[in-house]
Amino acid sequence: MTETEPVKKSKEYKNKVVQTCLLAGTILIENGSELNRVSDTIKRIAKNADLNDLNAYVTITGIMISANDEAGAQIKEIEKRTFNLRRIAAVNRLSRDYAQGKISIGRFYNLLNKINRFGLYYPYWMMMLSAALISGCISVVFNNDIHDFFITCLVGMLGWVIFSVISTRVQASFISEFMAAASIGAMAIFAVHIGLGQSTDNIIIGSVMPLVPGVQITNSFRDLISGNLISGPARGIEALICACALGFGVAFSLIWLG
Amino acid sequence: MVHLLIIIAGVYVATLGFAVLINVSPKYLNDGGIVGVAGYLVYLAYYTYIGGYVGGNVLGAFTLGIFGMIAARIKKAPVIIFNIPALVPLVPGGQAYQVMKNIAMNKPRVAFGFLMQVLMIAGSLAMGFLLAELVIQLFNYSMRSMKRRRKTA
Repeated sequence: MTETEPVKKSKEYKNKVVQTCLLAGTILIENGSELNRVSDTIKRIAKNADLNDLNAYVTITGIMISANDEAGAQIKEIEKRTFNLRRIAAVNRLSRDYAQGKISIGRFYNLLNKINRFGLYYPYWMMMLSAALISGCISVVFNNDIHDFFITCLVGMLGWVIFSVISTRVQASFISEFMAAASIGAMAIFAVHIGLGQSTDNIIIGSVMPLVPGVQITNSFRDLISGNLISGPARGIEALICACALGFGVAFSLIWLG
Repeated sequence: MVHLLIIIAGVYVATLGFAVLINVSPKYLNDGGIVGVAGYLVYLAYYTYIGGYVGGNVLGAFTLGIFGMIAARIKKAPVIIFNIPALVPLVPGGQAYQVMKNIAMNKPRVAFGFLMQVLMIAGSLAMGFLLAELVIQLFNYSMRSMKRRRKTA
């Protein structure tokens, strides 16, 4: 760390604190945190940096932070939203370290910059395997249907692979959910047709489960409960469109093939 | 008994699988699974012995919120790491599928019945989370005021 530490209460120091708050908030929102946590983290950082008159306006598509008249207001736009809870946990840990005085504000900012380069914990085959296991287990739990366990695993895994392949290559949202659900429906009908499975319904219910927008639903509840009336409904609508895309995909294959 | 064990194992593995898909750190996986099993068991117990899916989902989501908070306190990690994967077994996926299927098969009356079920379940999950939040905030408030009283005394 060759960068010199800004003197406390100087203009550079305040600027650095605002930038750190902005970066921490951006990382949290981009990786699927609830908005309550974002504003809470920003306020904590400001409090620990002795910057008491900091104001933050946080929405799901952008953050505005102003410290005071010396360091001007700063705005950051948020364009992409994915789900990576590892980065959220990392920001949380750094914020705790800063509160305890283990790291300085300059080091905090540098470490936050590194978080964006954090990759995934698990290799691709392991995510495929877990998608397969979710499908099979949910099918067993919901429908008490043990005979269809293996075929549900297979269909669910293929559906998730199609989803991930399309979503990394096509920019339009909700297309990947639709295509994955349509192919899950087609595969389930085909599997029952050639005698590999017994119940189309149970196979489809299980296989769609890895694609269900669980993160958006939970976050939308939490945002609404904490009184964030802009981001809660926004996330809820995101989850609703996602669920509708899944439903239309399944209905599409049921109408044409069932 | 075997049936119950299969269900518990299924819920545990499904919760773990969803946690892997949203990239939760390996050291939190087990706790997330336990939170999920606890929530689902409460739901199942209510559903079997008392009956009614609304109350079951309220209590299930309530348990999930409380257990998630406890796990977050112990492990010093964000709550959503434990709550999001644990919600997966309670999501009304089967009913939502029946809605779409019956609309596609041109049976709107049946579809409407299932749609009401989906809405009731989603609402009761939200209600359960709300109750859990209420209890947690009351608990925090009383802890804080106890500390303050001890300081002044």
